[in-house]
Amino acid sequence: MIAIDNLHKKFGKNQVLQGIDLTIDEGGIFAVLGPNGSGKTTLIKSILGMVLPDAGSIRLNGSSIKKDWKYRNQIDYLPQIANFPGNLTVQELIKMIKDLRSDKTTEDERLIDVFKLQPFLNKKLSNLSGGTKQKVNLVLTFMFDSPLIILDEPTTGLDPISHLRLKTLISEAKEKGKTILITSHIMSFVEEIADEIVFLLEGKIYFRGSIFQLKERTEQPDFEHAIAAMLSSSYA
Amino acid sequence: MCRLLFYIVLFILPPLVSWANTITVCEGCKVSSIKEAVKVASAYDTIVVQKGVYREYNIGIDKPLTLLGENQPTIDGMDKGEIITIESDHVTVDGFTIINVGTSYTTDYAAIRVVKSTDFLIQQNTLERLFFGIYLEKSNGGKVLHNTIKGDAVNEYNSGNGIQLWYCKDVEVANNSVRNVRDGIYLEFSDNIHIHNNKSIDNLRYGLHFMFSNNDSYTKNLFENNGAGVAVMFSKHIEMKNNVFRKNWGTAAFGLLLKEINDAEIIGNVFEENTVGINIEGSNRIDYRHNDFINNGWAMKVRGACYTNTFQFNNFLYNSFDVSYNSKLNDNLFDQNFWSNYTGYDLNRNGIGDVPYRPVKLFSYIVNRTPETIILLRSLFIDIIDFSEKVSPVFTPDNLMDEHPRMKRIDHDSYR
Amino acid sequence: MRKILKYSFYDLMRSRWSYVYFLFYLLLGIVLLFLNNDLNKAVITLMNVIIVLVPLIGTIFGVMYYYNSKEFTELLLAQPVKRSSIFLGQYFGVALSLSLSLILGLGGPFVFYGIFNSSAIWDFSLLLVTGTLLTLIFTALAFVIALFNENKIKGFGYAILLWLFMAVIYDGLFLMSLMYFEDYPLDKFSLVATMLNPVDLSRVLILLKLDISALLGYTGAVFQNFFGTSFGLILSLGMLGLWVLVPVLIINRKAKRKDF
Repeated sequence: MIAIDNLHKKFGKNQVLQGIDLTIDEGGIFAVLGPNGSGKTTLIKSILGMVLPDAGSIRLNGSSIKKDWKYRNQIDYLPQIANFPGNLTVQELIKMIKDLRSDKTTEDERLIDVFKLQPFLNKKLSNLSGGTKQKVNLVLTFMFDSPLIILDEPTTGLDPISHLRLKTLISEAKEKGKTILITSHIMSFVEEIADEIVFLLEGKIYFRGSIFQLKERTEQPDFEHAIAAMLSSSYA
Repeated sequence: MCRLLFYIVLFILPPLVSWANTITVCEGCKVSSIKEAVKVASAYDTIVVQKGVYREYNIGIDKPLTLLGENQPTIDGMDKGEIITIESDHVTVDGFTIINVGTSYTTDYAAIRVVKSTDFLIQQNTLERLFFGIYLEKSNGGKVLHNTIKGDAVNEYNSGNGIQLWYCKDVEVANNSVRNVRDGIYLEFSDNIHIHNNKSIDNLRYGLHFMFSNNDSYTKNLFENNGAGVAVMFSKHIEMKNNVFRKNWGTAAFGLLLKEINDAEIIGNVFEENTVGINIEGSNRIDYRHNDFINNGWAMKVRGACYTNTFQFNNFLYNSFDVSYNSKLNDNLFDQNFWSNYTGYDLNRNGIGDVPYRPVKLFSYIVNRTPETIILLRSLFIDIIDFSEKVSPVFTPDNLMDEHPRMKRIDHDSYR
Repeated sequence: MRKILKYSFYDLMRSRWSYVYFLFYLLLGIVLLFLNNDLNKAVITLMNVIIVLVPLIGTIFGVMYYYNSKEFTELLLAQPVKRSSIFLGQYFGVALSLSLSLILGLGGPFVFYGIFNSSAIWDFSLLLVTGTLLTLIFTALAFVIALFNENKIKGFGYAILLWLFMAVIYDGLFLMSLMYFEDYPLDKFSLVATMLNPVDLSRVLILLKLDISALLGYTGAVFQNFFGTSFGLILSLGMLGLWVLVPVLIINRKAKRKDF
């Protein structure tokens, strides 16, 4: 699905990615973890084409994403911070995003129903609470049927019910055989859903494998401690 | 003099009139040329010239005659020289089209010349393709009315003036239209001349030009698109009322140029869209009242040695510059004018602004010094430095201000 | 690009600031025309407003819009849309909504006043054309500044500085250099210096209508040719067009190479 080869990126003097090699096969949930500044967001943004790498290549289904933009029809992205043009209504925003995609079969109505957004459809986006905005954000992401889904901190600001629905959505997508890439700080959430972990540290892949392998390697009984152990050992 | 005239009218004229004959000139008539008609005519005869083209020049009129053109006959001078020369009192030339006056660098040929004569009347003639049009020389007490003069002047050095007066007195020049000559109307050493209701348009140099002429008046004339509108030089007691000066554009163009003029009155004129409305040099005791200065580059340029002039009740509307001075001294009075650029207020509602207006801007001083800076006109930066100069004058005369600027445009009619 | 433009335009046309801007011009037009009742003076005042305020508003709005919609821009960047379409769409959305506020706000009262029957129609349409061009230019410059500066405060600072420079400081330097070198023939220099600043260029364009009598008083042949014929008008409009085009190309180029 995704083949990343020797990816380098530098912002000013700050070398953020220093040679990432990563292959992600089709199907399954992958969690990208790492401390702040380890390059998680940069990696994701590179895949999305928002950050242009200094060196290395990214291939999606065999073809390079460089100087291409149509490939993004195959990706659904949930950005970390949801902020929309304040004077558009929820409905107009959904329509706009639909306008931009070539994929015309959408599930927006079902999702609006799932997140109970009907009363907000004709409200201006500037009048919505942070949680509601995040729900809108989720609708925008999941309404298309793309083979790759990238979620950047998807749980931020969600109430427990929506949180549950999100998990359902994710597992539904997995059942359909989609590939899902997630970053999150909520370790329990990651532990619950992730099939595989990619741990980044100082711009390199420090660990890649299943949660079980991680626990084995760090000799820790639970996931959170395993992560902590990995961090402290790397700093030591 | 008056009594003498009365006796002439009573005793001498009636027999003359009753004896006066009418001679008709036409192509097939017994008399077929104007020259011949003049020759056979007796004093006070009338010569009626019928429609046709008469190829004649150097027609000398040496006795009192009335030449009447019937249906506007044409006299074609074939560029050979002067066409009609009047050297007698009491001559009338009425209703001719006179064309093709000879051009010369040594002699000022005219379509109609009046020499040392009185009581002439030149009216309703059309002059075209000419050198000089109507040339009055040492002649008094005549009239030049309703003539149309249309030249084709291109260069100043080989073109003449439309109507020229040289050493004349008591002449009325009215309702003429003069275009495309060097000076529309030119006066030299001529006094008591009254010029009114004329149109002087598209002339190369001046619409009207005074030199060394005193006690004259010009009123209700239109001067448009001339090299410069009117130049009044070295003259005294000139009355300039109710004229319109328009669209005199160009590097040295102005509506009115005053040079060494004393004791004149400039009242009720309109200066519109001229590069300079009035250009004043060495002129004293002039009374400017009830004039409108509209959309000129400079409403007024004052260049040195102008004393005791008064500017009152004028409207200064949307000029790029209202007044420019080239010195720091001011001995002239500006009072009760309306300035469209005035930004003051009138708290006591008496129609007069509570803060004085300074018509001379720092920027006009700068443009005088460095003309290219004109391209910065109306820039915010210029507004800022103009404002600071207004607050504390350094380069412009600090006593030059209108202490009583009007709040509303002055309606001149209500003053008359 | 058209889709992005459409939605940014919708968004902005409903924003409070668009209304404020529109109402400001409406009020200005009404005050100038109906309280003062003097068309000539209205046109002169408007010129001052247009060459000073329009660039300022264009700059501030442009920068503000860019920074405020940053997160949304990121969302758009993840959509299958060309990068240049996103930024050009947003740019034209801002510039057009500002222009529309200007044109409708000022045009309304003038149409009502009966400008179409008056000879000032040309002066007035020239004012609106330059106003629109200045909006396009300064919004574009604002986008360029914002694209090159991640830091919001810095971006704002540079944008205001740019405006201050173009509207005031430039003319001060211009004036000083003209006066310092007054012994040399300067008309070519002054024309070139004018061309290099869109604010000056617009001002001169309007001067060609308002103050032609004064401009023709100058003796230089270059000026005479420029002011006296339609050559000046065409050249100025062309230069203003270039002033729109160049920043737009820079936006396009920078957008392609920037990381978000």
